[in-house]
Amino acid sequence: MTKTITEINEKISKGDVVVVTAEEIINIVEEKGVEETAQIVDVVTTGTFGPMCSSGTYINIGHAKPRIKLGGGACHLNDVPAYCGFAAVDIYLGCTNLPEDDPRNRVYPGKFEYGGGHVIEEFVAGKDIKLTATAYGTDCYPRRKLETWINIKDVNEAVLFNPRNVYQNYNVAVNLSNKLIYTYMGALKPGLGNANYCSAGQLSPLLNDPLYKTIGIGSKIFLGGGVGYVAWQGTQHNPTAKRKDNGTTCAPAGTLAVIGDLKQMKPEWLLGTSFQGYGTTLTVGVGIPIPIINEEILRYTAVKDKDIYAPIVDYSEAYPQVKPGALGEVSYEQLKSGKIVVQDKEVPTAPLSSYTKAVEIAEILKDWIKQGRFLLTEPVASLPGPESGLTFKLLKERPIE
Amino acid sequence: MISKRIVLKFPHRLVDQPIVCNLAKYFDLEFNILKAYIIPKEEGLLILGLSGEEENYNKGINYLKKLGVIVQSLSQGIIRNSTRCTHCGVCITVCPTEALVLDTHTRKVHFYENKCIACELCIPACPLRAMEVHY
Ligand code: SF4
Ligand code: SF4
Repeated sequence: MTKTITEINEKISKGDVVVVTAEEIINIVEEKGVEETAQIVDVVTTGTFGPMCSSGTYINIGHAKPRIKLGGGACHLNDVPAYCGFAAVDIYLGCTNLPEDDPRNRVYPGKFEYGGGHVIEEFVAGKDIKLTATAYGTDCYPRRKLETWINIKDVNEAVLFNPRNVYQNYNVAVNLSNKLIYTYMGALKPGLGNANYCSAGQLSPLLNDPLYKTIGIGSKIFLGGGVGYVAWQGTQHNPTAKRKDNGTTCAPAGTLAVIGDLKQMKPEWLLGTSFQGYGTTLTVGVGIPIPIINEEILRYTAVKDKDIYAPIVDYSEAYPQVKPGALGEVSYEQLKSGKIVVQDKEVPTAPLSSYTKAVEIAEILKDWIKQGRFLLTEPVASLPGPESGLTFKLLKERPIE
Repeated sequence: MISKRIVLKFPHRLVDQPIVCNLAKYFDLEFNILKAYIIPKEEGLLILGLSGEEENYNKGINYLKKLGVIVQSLSQGIIRNSTRCTHCGVCITVCPTEALVLDTHTRKVHFYENKCIACELCIPACPLRAMEVHY
């Protein structure tokens, strides 16, 4: 049995498409088997809602009168520095940027109450944002200073463009040292006091299409409550990571660069986030539909938490010092039970990525497709898969004489 | 018997008086101090577990109120902002008393206010700043 995306889109337009979430598909396949389910189900929706640091937005603020060229100058949004090394009024704000006067970790652990991620959330929510900028002035762009409120509804473009989101699997973070540490995986208590993980597991987009057979460049997705697209493979895309027989990776592997119109996104799916002792970030909601074009794809989407494994990594020494070797592997079923065993010790687990919100995203996307509001796209190019041989490299430092 | 956790706010004129001892002395109440911030010449804040016979308990609370102490139940002190909470679960291993617990079935995080001892560890640990102090 095979279906094309065009056939699925015809069904969506006619309103007789069958869509289920990546959680619901598990029981359906168990009941009816792969062959029958592949005939009935057309689309499986996935979702994830977690902190994703490589996220940001570019904005064209419109030309001021008289004109100012921010390129080569400096600019801030609500006191958070934004990048302006582009043309006159294009700026980019990354979610981890902080106001210059934030004490950071000088008062340890820093609180990181407000950064780029929070500005993005407020901007999407329609709040006025304070823009301050200085420039050097040219004959055609004479102005040197600008201070104004800007609002998302007035700017020319506001585009969310995230160079790396939707990690295919992630580490389980623990702390082997004897002091409390603060990481991007949350606070980790000494002596294996807790284990934090960050993936929606069986609902996570790239774990449901582990070999990137349907998700590719140009795939239309749910992004931050609006519609977005996969722009490219994400940075650090590592398709050659170790895999299980079911195709899922048992380490952080594939990633996606995603893009979409920020103006139609919603603040509840783009949340400014603060990691104590670490910094600010953005919690991003992403949902990806997987067209059931054949039985093989269906089998991937029916993957269960108990068949997806994540490596346990020590964040006190191994991670910061880049020492190889995990402390073992655990399934998401074990992680979600609330405790795992590491080095013979029972360790309580905590997730960083919201499973209930991931389910909500998969449900919203399901409704959009059922209502005929969201058609699927055929990727224009594939993401590099395991056959590409692509791996991710460490920096080779060379001394500067 | 009645046993409650309460937040007391003292105006600065009362800060150096043995009010809490009087609760034991005159009203036969048992107290357990969970937290105290007292800045001389300014206001003081005390978080107490207070227990005793219901009649005595009510009399004790009235005594405090008459003196001008503001009495608040602890469950009104540490609050979860439900519109910001994503049920991510980061807080569950941070909370020392299991007042924040992840339901393994619904995957939602419950906040059991009666177990909260106002240690405030969850306040900076919650990445969404959904846990708030209101006293
Ligand atoms: S850490 Fe904050 S957002 Fe996450 S579950 Fe706890 S209270 Fe909710
Ligand atoms: S204040 Fe302390 S006891 Fe109360 S919920 Fe937060 S961490 Fe738990």
